[in-house]
Amino acid sequence: MKPFEQIVAEHGPMVLRVCRAVLGEADAEDAWSETFLAALKAYPELPADANVQAWLVTIAHRKAVDVTRADARRPVPVGEVPDRAGRSGRPDAWEGDLWDALARLPDKQRAAVAYHYLAGLPYREIAEITGGTADAARRAAADGVKALRAAYPLEGAHS
Amino acid sequence: MTDIFASLPVTYELNPHRLHERLTAAAEREGLLDVAYRTVDSPVGPLLLAATSEGLVKVAFGRQDHDAVLAELAEAISPRILRAPARLDAVARQLEEYFTGERRTFDVPLDFRLARGFRLSVLEHLPEIGYGHTESYAQVAAAAGSPKAVRAVGTACALNPLPVVVPCHRVVRSDGSYGQYAGGEEAKRILLTMEAA
Repeated sequence: MKPFEQIVAEHGPMVLRVCRAVLGEADAEDAWSETFLAALKAYPELPADANVQAWLVTIAHRKAVDVTRADARRPVPVGEVPDRAGRSGRPDAWEGDLWDALARLPDKQRAAVAYHYLAGLPYREIAEITGGTADAARRAAADGVKALRAAYPLEGAHS
Repeated sequence: MTDIFASLPVTYELNPHRLHERLTAAAEREGLLDVAYRTVDSPVGPLLLAATSEGLVKVAFGRQDHDAVLAELAEAISPRILRAPARLDAVARQLEEYFTGERRTFDVPLDFRLARGFRLSVLEHLPEIGYGHTESYAQVAAAAGSPKAVRAVGTACALNPLPVVVPCHRVVRSDGSYGQYAGGEEAKRILLTMEAA
């Protein structure tokens, strides 16, 4: 079994992207820490042939569900409304817009897009994590990507 | 579509250390950090230092391959291993003092779980060999209670999980030559020359 440090090094960036996509900037780092802390706790019992990537996304998904439930119970502070204008004028500001576009997707589409495109999981595994069927996950991801593409046509996006 | 996701910046790329520190601090707090480790530079090359909650459990030289040593610790102790320097601050500081000649003995809790039986008896005797002094393998065998076990003393020293801190470098051949060392004969020479100065 690999030292857990290696798991963090190999999968840390991917898990943070997933947390960022599913939960938004404000909650991403907390979710990342909680995901890896929970993973560290369970790690010695992880079967040798387990898909570590899917295992981590499963834990991150549960953390995201917890956070979303907690958010639903508390009023949203006005200051946290996403500010779409410019983000301090950084050259990568358009990427902030893409995160915002992800944030505006319905939960199921956002999760399917994040778990497939950012975590690289097949739809069959996404269905096990989010519930539903592989086909439904595939459709949710396709719809999500279609919406993103409509909002942010690729041509010129990198300039 | 996928290529635009690849370029999404996240904090992990911008500052991986801050997130990692949060994780190690939380793991320490919750009692989940079974083995903490860090590396330090030294005149005998980079040293890997690893500690359980009980104390320093492993010191390894660069030639021992730190990744392989961490994999062994994962098998022998627990895979809950993180790079977490804080737990090793005291021993890192004392090693620095030792290598600059300001320190002659180490005062940190030690975890001897990687050694058992006669090997443990040998390791327990080693700190009695004072700074700047040496003993032969035969003398150590006698002191550990088995005068005939000279060869076993050699094995115990070679497998010492805590070299430098538990001074197996002070055990030399009866003819005065250095003999083998986990860090290589050159490292042993450096340590003994430094202590003799």
